[in-house]
Amino acid sequence: MTGSIFVLGLTLTNKVMIGTAVLGGMAGVIGCFAVLRGRSLVGDMLAHSALPGVCFAFLLLNSRSLLGLSIGALISGLFAIGAVTIITHWTRTKEDAAIGIVLSTFFGAGIVLLSVIQKPSVGGNKAGLDSYLFGEPGNMLTADLYLLTIVAVIVLLIVAILFKEFKIICFDTDFAKSQGWPTLSLDLAIMTSLAVVTIVGLPIVGVILMAAMIIFPAATARFWTHQLHTMLLLAGGFGIAAGLLGTKFGQGLPTGAAIVLTAAAMFVLSILFAPRQGMIARLTAEVRLRRRMAREHLLRSLFELSESALPQLPQIPLQRLRDYRYWRSLDALLSKATEKGMVTRLGQAVQLTAVGYRHAAELTKAHRLWEMYLMQHANIASDHVDRDADDVEHLLPESLLVELEQQLASAGRLPALIAEVPVSPHQLDSDANPPKH
Amino acid sequence: MDTLCQSLNPLPTVALSTGSWIVLTGAATNVACALVGCFLVLRRMSMMGDALSHAVLPGLVVAFLFSGSLGIVPLFLGAVGVGLLTTFLTQTLHQYARVPSDASMGVVFTSLFALGVVLVKKFVGGLHFDIACIYEGSLELVPFADPIFGLPRPLFTTLVVVVVNLAVLVLLWKELKVSSFDAGLSTTIGFSATAMHYLLMVLVAVTTVASFEAVGSILVVAMLIVPAATAHLLCDRLALMVTLSALLGVASAVLGYWAAVYWDTNIAGMMTVAAGVLYGLAVLFSPRYGIFSTMIRNLQLSMKVLREDLLAMLYRVEELGSDKFLTADEARQAVGSRWLARWGLAKLYRTGRIERAEGHLRLTEKGRSSARQLVRSHRLWETYLVKHLGLPLDHVHEPAHRVEHFIDEQMRKELQIELEGQGQDPHGREIPE
Repeated sequence: MTGSIFVLGLTLTNKVMIGTAVLGGMAGVIGCFAVLRGRSLVGDMLAHSALPGVCFAFLLLNSRSLLGLSIGALISGLFAIGAVTIITHWTRTKEDAAIGIVLSTFFGAGIVLLSVIQKPSVGGNKAGLDSYLFGEPGNMLTADLYLLTIVAVIVLLIVAILFKEFKIICFDTDFAKSQGWPTLSLDLAIMTSLAVVTIVGLPIVGVILMAAMIIFPAATARFWTHQLHTMLLLAGGFGIAAGLLGTKFGQGLPTGAAIVLTAAAMFVLSILFAPRQGMIARLTAEVRLRRRMAREHLLRSLFELSESALPQLPQIPLQRLRDYRYWRSLDALLSKATEKGMVTRLGQAVQLTAVGYRHAAELTKAHRLWEMYLMQHANIASDHVDRDADDVEHLLPESLLVELEQQLASAGRLPALIAEVPVSPHQLDSDANPPKH
Repeated sequence: MDTLCQSLNPLPTVALSTGSWIVLTGAATNVACALVGCFLVLRRMSMMGDALSHAVLPGLVVAFLFSGSLGIVPLFLGAVGVGLLTTFLTQTLHQYARVPSDASMGVVFTSLFALGVVLVKKFVGGLHFDIACIYEGSLELVPFADPIFGLPRPLFTTLVVVVVNLAVLVLLWKELKVSSFDAGLSTTIGFSATAMHYLLMVLVAVTTVASFEAVGSILVVAMLIVPAATAHLLCDRLALMVTLSALLGVASAVLGYWAAVYWDTNIAGMMTVAAGVLYGLAVLFSPRYGIFSTMIRNLQLSMKVLREDLLAMLYRVEELGSDKFLTADEARQAVGSRWLARWGLAKLYRTGRIERAEGHLRLTEKGRSSARQLVRSHRLWETYLVKHLGLPLDHVHEPAHRVEHFIDEQMRKELQIELEGQGQDPHGREIPE
C-alpha cells in the first residue's frame, strides 16, 4: 500500500488528504511536548514569525520553491526562538509578553517586506506567498508531499530516539538539570522540531490553523491518558484523523478551517465523553459521590438517633430526623435507602433494617474513630471534630480504620464498645437535649 | 462603504493633509491599545490580544449578516459578544476541563477563527471581508473614508474607543490596579477579580475591532503589548507606565509613518516594526533594566571590588612591617588581569589613595583610612561568623572576603556591639579601629 501511494497520478484530493494527514500526525506528536511544557502558543509565534524569512528567501532566490521558502521561514523562526529566549533570560519581560512582542514585530516586518515584493520595481507579485499566510492546500505538488513525509520521518525519529530525555524535561526540568542532562539543548531540539513542523505546514493550512494543529491533537489526547507514550500515539492519531476527515468532509470549504473545525469537534467530544477525565465522567463521579455521602449521612443520623434504645431498633419520627440535621431532599433519599433495603418507612417514621443497622454502625464507627484520632493526635477540641470527620468518614479505607482502632485501643483511648461502635466523644443532639434547630 | 455613517455626516471634513490623518489615526489606535495593553502585560495575558483579534472574526461576520452593513454599532456588539465568549470559553476549559491556560486560549481562538473563515466563505463571499486586509489594514485609505463630524470614520471610531478606555481606566483605576497585581486581595476587599478580567477582555475586544478597519489586526496585537512592555522596562509605577506606553504608541505611529513613506512600504507594518525597534532599544539601554546598563553596573561593581581588594592588600602588606612593599607588578599578578589591575590602580592614583615611591606602591593617608575600614569590616565579619555561627576557622575568610565590600559604618557599629568589643579576629590579628 505505502509503495503505491507515491506513484504519480494521485488525484489532487487524495494528495491533499495524504498531505494533511501526515502534517496532522507529526504536528500532533510534537505538539504534545509544546502543550506539556506550557508552550502551546509557541506554534502560533513560529507560524507568524516565518513570514519575514519567507519574503527574504523570495527576494534572494526569486523563486517560489517550497524548499527555499521553507528554509527562509525556518531561519527566521529560529531567530524568533532566540529572541524570546534572550528577552526572557535577560529582561524583566515575561514569557507571554516576549512571545507576543516577537510574534507581532516579526509579522509586521513580514508585511513590510510583502509590500516591498509587491512593488513593480521589484518585479514580483506576492501571489503564492499569500499561501504562507492563509494556506493553499490546492497548490500541493507531489514533491511537497515527499518533503512532508521526509520531515515527518525525521521528526518522529528524533522523538523516538530522545523520548526519555524529552519526557524528563517535560515533567521535571529541574530534576533533569540536576541529573546532568543538557536541558537547554534538549529544549532547543524540541523547539527546532516544532519550528520545522510548523513551517512545512504553513503553506498547507496557513498561520492560525497551523497553530491550531499543534495544540488540538495534544490537548485532545491529554483527556484520554496519563501516559506520555500513549498520549503521543493518540495525538498522532487524532492529527491524522483531523487531516483525513477535515479534507474529506470539508470540500467546498477552506481546507485549513475544515481541518481545524474537525479537530475542534474531536476535542469537544473528548472533553465531554473521555472516560475518567471527561466532563461527563467527572460530573457522574461527583454526583455519585454526593449521593453516597447523603445516604451515609442518613444512615449515621438514624444510628445516632437510635443509639439510646439499642439493641432495639426504634422507629424514628421523620420530624426528628429533619430537625437533627439539614437534608437537601430527604424524601428522595429515604425512598432510595428503602429500595436498597437499608431502612423501612412506617408512615411518618422510619426504622433501620438489620442490614441498614450494620452498615450504619460501620459508618458511625469510622466517623468516631476519626474524631478521636483528631482529638488525640491533632489536638483539636471535641466540639470541632464533628465537621472534619463528616467529610472524611466516606473516604476512610478499611485498613486505616483497623489501624486507627488498634492505635486508640493501645493508647487506652478506645472506650467500651456498643456493637463495636465507640461512644461519640462529644455531645450529640440526639442525647437528652431536645433538638435545637 | 456603508450607509449608516454617510447619513450621520452633516459636516465637511476638516482640512488636513493625507499624512496627518494617517498618523493621527495610527496614533489614536496605538493610544487606545496601550491604555488597556498595560494591564494585559501586567496580568501575563499578553497573548489574549492576539487571541481576541483572531477570535472576533465570527462575531464580525455574524454582526455583518444580521445588520447587512459594517456599521459601528453592530460591529461593536459582535466584538463585545465574542470577547465575552472567548473569555468564558477559555476560563471554563481551564477551570473545569483542566486544560492548561495557554492551550485553552490557543484552542478557543483558533477554532473561532476557523469558524469565522468558514462563515465568510459560506455567507459573505469575500465582499467586504478580505482576510488579508484584516491582517494588514488599510491605513493608506483612511483619509478617503467617509467623514463623521469632520473626521474620517476610522479615526472617529478609534477616538471613541480612546475615550471609552480612558474613562474606564479613570473610573476603575484602583480596582484594575489591585486586581492586576493581587487578584486574591482584590476579591477579598470586595471587587471581583473575575469581573475585572471580563471587563478588560471586553475592552480589548472592542479596541481590536475598532482598529481593524484602519490598521489591521497585526498592528493591534503589537500595540497592545509592545509599548506596554517597553514602558514596563522603563519605570516601576503603574500610572507612569500607562502614560509612557501611550506616548510610545504615538512615537511608533510617527516613526513608522515616516519610515514607511521613506521606503515606500506598508504603513501599519512599519509602525509595528517601529514599536519593536523601540522595545529593542529599551531592552538594551533602559537605565534600570536594560542589558547594557545592567552590564555597566556589574562592571562598575566589580571594579569597585577590585580597587578595594587592592587597597586591603596594601594595608595587609603594611601591617607585616615597614620593610615589606608591594610593587605594581605584584599587585597586577595578584588581581589576575593586567588590564583590570592597571585600570583599578590608575583610579586609585587619581583619587589620591595610593602613591608610588621607589617602584613600590604605598597607601596615602586617605587610602590607609579607607583600607582600614575594609580590613576592619573583613575581620569583624570573620569574628562574627566564628562566634555566632560557629564556622570553623578555615571557612570564614571566603565569605568575609565577599561581604566586606557591602558592610557600611552602621553595620560595623552593630557588629562591634554584637562582639562586645573583641579586639582580635579569630586568626589572632588585630581588628583595626
